[in-house]
Amino acid sequence: MTTPSKVETKTLILALHEAMNEELARDKRVFIVGEDVGRRGGVFRATTNLIDKYGAQRVVDSPLAELSIVAIGLGAAITDTLPICEIQFADFIFPAFNQLLSEVARFYYRSNGQWHVPMVVRAPYGGGIGGGLYHSQSIESFFAHIPGLKVVVPSTPEDAKGLLKAAVRDPNPVLYLEPKKGYRAIKGIVPEGDYITPIGPANISRTGSDLTVYAYGMMAHYARIAVERVAKQDGIDVELIDIRTLAPLDKETLIQSFKKTGKALVVYEDNKTMGFGAEIAAILAEEAFEYMDAPIMRLAAPDVPSVPFSHPLQEAFMINPDKIAAAIRELEAY
Amino acid sequence: MATKIIMPQLGETVVDGTVGEWLIEVGAQVEEFESIVRISTDKVDTEIPAPASGVLLKILIEEGETVDSGVVLGVIGEVGENADKSVSQTTTNGHHKVAQSDAVGIPMRAKQTSGDTGHVTPVVARMIEEHNLDIGQITGTGRHGRIRKKDVLAYLETQKSPETEIAPWEIPASGDLFKPTVNYEDELEATPQPKVSRPQAKPTPVANGVPGELVALSKMRRSIAQHMVESKLHTAPHVTTVMEVDLHHVTQHRAANKEDFAKRGVKLTFTPYFVAACAKALQEAPELNARWTDEGLFLNHVQHIGMAVAIDDGLIVPVIKNAQDYNLAGLARQVNDLAERARNRHLQPSEIQGGTFTITNHGVSGSLLATPIINQPQSAILGVGMIEKRVKVINDAIAIRPCAYLSLTFDHRVADGAAADSFLMRVKQILENWS
Repeated sequence: MTTPSKVETKTLILALHEAMNEELARDKRVFIVGEDVGRRGGVFRATTNLIDKYGAQRVVDSPLAELSIVAIGLGAAITDTLPICEIQFADFIFPAFNQLLSEVARFYYRSNGQWHVPMVVRAPYGGGIGGGLYHSQSIESFFAHIPGLKVVVPSTPEDAKGLLKAAVRDPNPVLYLEPKKGYRAIKGIVPEGDYITPIGPANISRTGSDLTVYAYGMMAHYARIAVERVAKQDGIDVELIDIRTLAPLDKETLIQSFKKTGKALVVYEDNKTMGFGAEIAAILAEEAFEYMDAPIMRLAAPDVPSVPFSHPLQEAFMINPDKIAAAIRELEAY
Repeated sequence: MATKIIMPQLGETVVDGTVGEWLIEVGAQVEEFESIVRISTDKVDTEIPAPASGVLLKILIEEGETVDSGVVLGVIGEVGENADKSVSQTTTNGHHKVAQSDAVGIPMRAKQTSGDTGHVTPVVARMIEEHNLDIGQITGTGRHGRIRKKDVLAYLETQKSPETEIAPWEIPASGDLFKPTVNYEDELEATPQPKVSRPQAKPTPVANGVPGELVALSKMRRSIAQHMVESKLHTAPHVTTVMEVDLHHVTQHRAANKEDFAKRGVKLTFTPYFVAACAKALQEAPELNARWTDEGLFLNHVQHIGMAVAIDDGLIVPVIKNAQDYNLAGLARQVNDLAERARNRHLQPSEIQGGTFTITNHGVSGSLLATPIINQPQSAILGVGMIEKRVKVINDAIAIRPCAYLSLTFDHRVADGAAADSFLMRVKQILENWS
């Protein structure tokens, strides 16, 4: 077997590292602040060596206080810098919830457009890593609910890099959620050179005609595996929408696909009740009712507090490609 | 277990009754004691209640038939159950019929008024409505036989709208007409002359006491029939507008040029004048040279004008392609050639396709006025009546002029009367001012 000319695949975490490295180099206003992001290079090594390259003034180790990380970011952002705040685990973001909800998201609105908040808050989220209750949660629906905050969740290295660069350059606050289980598990080709992936548009990862799967983050990755499997094994032609940006949501692409297929499977790893997928289901039912060919189906985690530490319970809790494929088959047969 | 619906004795002296309207359709759900069929006798009219709950599997006695009491009228049972197993009816009397048809396979998807299998999703409901479909005709492949969007799509695929089809005269038939001019298979045969097959008449039993015979339909006949019905009854709302044209100038021009054309081997008839006038006028009225689609009006940028030619067992419409590009001599040459080869059945399939407008010269058989049917998917057709000398008042003097009625049938979806009249008026003007 011969390998095609040099095509290098990169992990998600490397794509994120590249994005930050390039943004730090591109614009002196960019800086990173977070727990252990400096000397240690972050617990997941996303910021490895950046302190050596750009100095402790621009890669700042913060106290163990998420409220202050976000508050520092906010203060810096409105005084002409471009902060990238790292929350070590999304589970820890809640001390900063008030900052994000009451200040960061509303600053522009409250000041009648006089103050922009061009900051990024990075947070690894999601389970399946044996992290138990405090290192596994999906927090997106709390924040996608807040007007004024953009919420981005990449699922490929290419998008991870492009979306993070877009987030840094965006004049609005962006919560950038990273599927941490995929940090090293998801690999892909990353384009050379400087590029951004626009915040907003969803990505049609695969076109199909039988039904549409809506997913983001790690679930989009698992869905890619599942849809290829059912295509091969069952001849089911699934359209896969990788939502990528939860807020603002690309309703048009979501609805267009549903109008085409008439069947929707919404996959999210959060607890089912009031998870982000519920909003997608509601939008489709509200705006494309007459195209509905089956009940809109949600595949999500049970309504128990976060991901259990016990391995069998973790597996029972987590959505995986097998569960997605089974749901696809069920929906297709409706 | 199937339950029989039995004709009751509706009075001491009443021994028979006439079945009226069935209130429940075959395949529909019915509850016990729900009225299921109307019965009338010479004394009473009544409704018979269902003897059990279930699905009406079969109707044995149709509306209007008179049967004795005790006769099984129909069967109620479970979906998919074989109605015939439970019914063995004997004739007790000459004037009632016993249904003898084969087992009824009640399809799972038959019209149902209740139950899971009758559930229809919004998209299916919308498509049924949009395409005006009978849901009972569609086979469901979803769970429990549910009709899914793809089932409706598959059904629509089998019912392709004729609008997207090629017109009958544009479909190569299997007859001699469409064989290549050199038929190598014929060379092998002893009798090489082309055979024109006439449909064979075969005597059939006398119907209703009227002696006659049944003549098989040729493919062309069937095709014409189908497309006439489709065009006029299912596709285009036809409207015909009529004008009279004075062909004085055309006649003079023709008389003056006929010989000259003949020397060049071209027979100059009236047809090329009409083709020329239409080609020119169509350029100014593109909607009449258009094709209706649900997405929009497709305006043809060329004038491919078909001319109807009567042939042995039907009619064929060869097309003068790009009529707008030819002068009168060119058109005359085309008309000669196409008409000749149409009659000799030597046209190529491509020569009868792609028309954007049609002219039919019904005047050749003495007709003064006709309302032709549009050749789909075109938008209009011009009928030319017989040319005859008529008394006309011109400048307050009586004159004798060769005149004809021009009748334009157009698709009212595409154009309104004013636009059609203005086109026809333009045709008339061009012909009346021919020089």
